[in-house]
Amino acid sequence: MSASTSSPTPRGIGLLALVAVVLLALPLLGLALRAPWSRLPDLVGDPQVAAAVRLSVGTSLAALLLAAVLGIPLAWVLARRSFPGRRLVRAVAVLPMVLPPVVGGVALLLAFGRRGIVGGALADATGVSLPFSTVGVVLAQAFVAMPFLVVTTEAGLRSMDRRLEDVAATLGAGRWAVLTRVTLPVIAPSLAAGLALTWARALGEFGATITFAGNLPGRTRTMPLSVYVLLETDPEAAYLLSLVLLAVSIAVLLGLRGSLLERTGSDEAPR
Amino acid sequence: MRTMTALFALAISVAGCTSTDGDDELLVFAAASLTEAFGALETAFEADHPDVDVVIHLAGSQRLAAQILEGAPAEVFASADEVQMARVVAAGEARAAPRVFAHNRLVVVVPAGNPRGVAGLADLAREDLSVVLAAGHVPAGAYTREVLDRAGVEVEPVSLELDVRSVVSRIALGEADAGVVYTSDLVGEDEVVGIEVPDELNVTADYPIVVLDDAGTAADRFVELVLSDRGRGILEDAGLRVP
Repeated sequence: MSASTSSPTPRGIGLLALVAVVLLALPLLGLALRAPWSRLPDLVGDPQVAAAVRLSVGTSLAALLLAAVLGIPLAWVLARRSFPGRRLVRAVAVLPMVLPPVVGGVALLLAFGRRGIVGGALADATGVSLPFSTVGVVLAQAFVAMPFLVVTTEAGLRSMDRRLEDVAATLGAGRWAVLTRVTLPVIAPSLAAGLALTWARALGEFGATITFAGNLPGRTRTMPLSVYVLLETDPEAAYLLSLVLLAVSIAVLLGLRGSLLERTGSDEAPR
Repeated sequence: MRTMTALFALAISVAGCTSTDGDDELLVFAAASLTEAFGALETAFEADHPDVDVVIHLAGSQRLAAQILEGAPAEVFASADEVQMARVVAAGEARAAPRVFAHNRLVVVVPAGNPRGVAGLADLAREDLSVVLAAGHVPAGAYTREVLDRAGVEVEPVSLELDVRSVVSRIALGEADAGVVYTSDLVGEDEVVGIEVPDELNVTADYPIVVLDDAGTAADRFVELVLSDRGRGILEDAGLRVP
């Protein structure tokens, strides 16, 4: 029988940790306790709320797809190829993750807005205007969320056993076959965690969306924007909608069990 | 560890520097369209009362009312319409009856130079125009609905902003072709121009002001300034009309 004892705790650390938990848990408790549960059926039936939910789910999934199609190749290049300026490329790829979202929205306007460096030309050539459109929402969400996928996928690619790829190659697999039949399945756990985090970030995106895509029910008023608007007119509905988003976040966390997040925070007692 | 303590102490002292030491603070909630006017009133009041630091919180009146109802420690509330003021009064947050201190009118706003050739309200229904309006529950949005109904114009906006200044900035940035804002919003704005709304279709916005419960004495003096001749002059300079 092995006895495992906790490390002696420096004085005050335990108390500070307790304060941290309270600080993080109280707002969540407040939300759960103040939400008017009895109004849930009305809220679910409200057409504007339903439109916001459909819009949020649709745009976040589209953003996830865009992030995957572009982000996974970028992660692969960052992990597997060396080239001059790689560090700069990685910094650019990670930057939207730490950039304040509203700043991201302003930046998107300056690039893709009607007077933006690309947006102006796009509007003149095709008449397509990205701001105030659902596509604009997807772009804003992908902009802020893609870095999550790039970072987690690159980490997964770097930490996997490269010999598996080498063996597959020596057995005659072409480069695409190695990627799809060896690499991706091997990094599947960190890829899945990255996809879940990316989707959650896209779903919760607010600052860049309201700045770049605007605020119109059914077209650009996603769930977070709806919460913001409802606070002005019907706070109780805002609390309920917030609860729905909280529930989705919890579901994402539960789905990440046994993957990336848990590997960094083990549930085992320290030895 | 010492570096951490030093950084922590620095952060605390910087945070503390945001309020002038020893001064009484007067927290005023004012509608977004009062940005210029109340900025000037703040300067005038602080010149008269050097020991008071006036802090103006600007947002759509509906947001301010919601915040007051949630317990925000505002001492004065200046709203762009009676509807939002009524919410605050009904909740028992007002110390006395509100007084109307200013009026405003609506105007169609377009980027300087009027590149899309907007002639009036009816053009807002054009399919080739991106029109931005204030949302229906914002005072400016409610007034806009009234005017558009009266004119019989149906508009499909591309965005519904949560305060009237956001409408101005969308047009000023060139992101939209036209919008409807207050005439006072045009004062000092070089990037936009106004297209008049005929008097028979226009509305007169009434701006009430009130001192809230638990306010200090500085609040009463501030409202006195707003209602005084000097205050009326400041409001007119900012593009508002006075009763």
